[in-house]
Amino acid sequence: MARNVPAARKATIAGLAWLVGFIIFFPVLWMFLTSFKTELDAFASPPSFLFFDWTLENYSVVQERSDYFKYALNSIWLSVGSTALGLLIAVPAAWAMAFSPTKRTRGTLLWMLSTKMMPPVGVLIPIYLIFRDLGLLDTRSGLIMVLFLMNLPIIVWMLYTYFKEIPVDILEAARMDGATLAKEIVYVLAPMAVPGIASTVLLNVILCWNEAFWTLNLTTSDAAPLTAFIASYSSPEGLFWAKLSAASTMAIAPIIILGWFSQKQLVRGLTFGAVK
Amino acid sequence: MATQQTKTLARFMAAPSIVLLFLWMIVPLGMTVYFSLLRYNLLSPGEESFTGFSNYQYFLTDPAFFEALTNTLVLVGSVLVITVVFGVLFALLLDQPFFGQGVVRLMVIAPFFIMPTVSALVWKNLLMHPVSGLFAYIAKVFGLQPVDWFADIPLLSIILLVSWQWLPFATLILLTAVGSLDGEQKEAAEMDGAGPFSLFFYIILPHLARAITVVILIETIFLLSIFAEIFVTTGGGPGLETTNIAFLVYAQALLQFDVGGASAGGIVAVILANIVAIFLVRMVGKNLDA
Repeated sequence: MARNVPAARKATIAGLAWLVGFIIFFPVLWMFLTSFKTELDAFASPPSFLFFDWTLENYSVVQERSDYFKYALNSIWLSVGSTALGLLIAVPAAWAMAFSPTKRTRGTLLWMLSTKMMPPVGVLIPIYLIFRDLGLLDTRSGLIMVLFLMNLPIIVWMLYTYFKEIPVDILEAARMDGATLAKEIVYVLAPMAVPGIASTVLLNVILCWNEAFWTLNLTTSDAAPLTAFIASYSSPEGLFWAKLSAASTMAIAPIIILGWFSQKQLVRGLTFGAVK
Repeated sequence: MATQQTKTLARFMAAPSIVLLFLWMIVPLGMTVYFSLLRYNLLSPGEESFTGFSNYQYFLTDPAFFEALTNTLVLVGSVLVITVVFGVLFALLLDQPFFGQGVVRLMVIAPFFIMPTVSALVWKNLLMHPVSGLFAYIAKVFGLQPVDWFADIPLLSIILLVSWQWLPFATLILLTAVGSLDGEQKEAAEMDGAGPFSLFFYIILPHLARAITVVILIETIFLLSIFAEIFVTTGGGPGLETTNIAFLVYAQALLQFDVGGASAGGIVAVILANIVAIFLVRMVGKNLDA
């Protein structure tokens, strides 16, 4: 039942909410604006908010000088590669656990969750040494493996919670109607499983794209993704903030858009289904 | 209905995930434990020797460890308090219907999708820079002396930065939880004459308790391993003022090449994280039956 809220209170709430939204979002907005300034304007005090000479120069300079696309391509490779590998291994596992659970399923799931609790520094040294000895340092394939294994528990869990919601009765109904296993999968299960799989892919891509422990420690240049590319801006050489802003804007734009679409699934994935 | 055949099939389907995860966890962890018992420096290869627990003794009695432990606890604790308190307030605010609700929600959760290196450098260079940063400008407008954030109050700067990154996560999850609050229950309480404060403390907060617990536990796991933000802003300094356990282990391993000592540190970090993990796994496990 809708209650009558006094207009003044309504306006206060709206005002407050917009203020909160603006303050939280401001650093992103400020970075976006700075990316269109000249380096001189970017450093100017007092800063200009909108009335400066807008330029696209930073974007082209970032590409020319530091080969932005090489890093972006690495980010895409790592996210897509490790997500694909993750699905390949996790879909059957989640499927089996959701549809033919055994006594040990619950324990297995919780154990998988517990592997996610291991802090990366606990295994940094062995992984680094193994990578060094196998020649995997600074390679995409090595990093894809690490990111895949790191997120495997989340993928299995998320898929499991989605598959769990598919009613089993519908399968039996299809079987009664004489559907073969192949038909069962294509016409009955796939349509119901696809949304869950899509959300899982989205979350996993976001997590891989932003991962910044392994990518910083296991790459130098060949396999370095955008996280490492941006980190290279931390050693100051003159005025470069407009360029840093341009590079940053390009690095976060695709993922922020994906993230906005997947905010609901994110809650579920990141809380292992504990909050829906 | 599971037949014997489907059961066998299910086992084969689950096996790759379980085997791979088991290897990923047990092999490196076993190696870390093994290294932690050795005198092993990458600069003098071939001279590894067994030293028992002396690496642990050295790591745990090193003043750097206590400073790093303190920094870790202060960082995790402060960020938790800030994100939970503001997360609850923001969730209650954004749950109210108002014009542009969808847009404001998107604005509030945006920081969560930004890679840590970008967040850190934007805060350091565009906002907190002592000369040209926006905060310095605001201070000057009010006639105050600008603060050199990362030099004078480095840990607080990191806390602010990390809180900004994690506030959206807390808000988003609490918003989901607030959404499931029973409106009739609220109305009944209001009819019985409950004011906004008793409504908050007796109806809303108990309803959010579970979600808050989840937020605290999950954030703790990630916050214990904060690395990139420190790596690109302060490098653990000045001195050891912003070195946490994760960064200390990294520095010992890849900057000083002390594999033995760093491994001992890594194991200490694993033990710390496990204390939290036990609670989280129990919590999620309970939910699995519900």
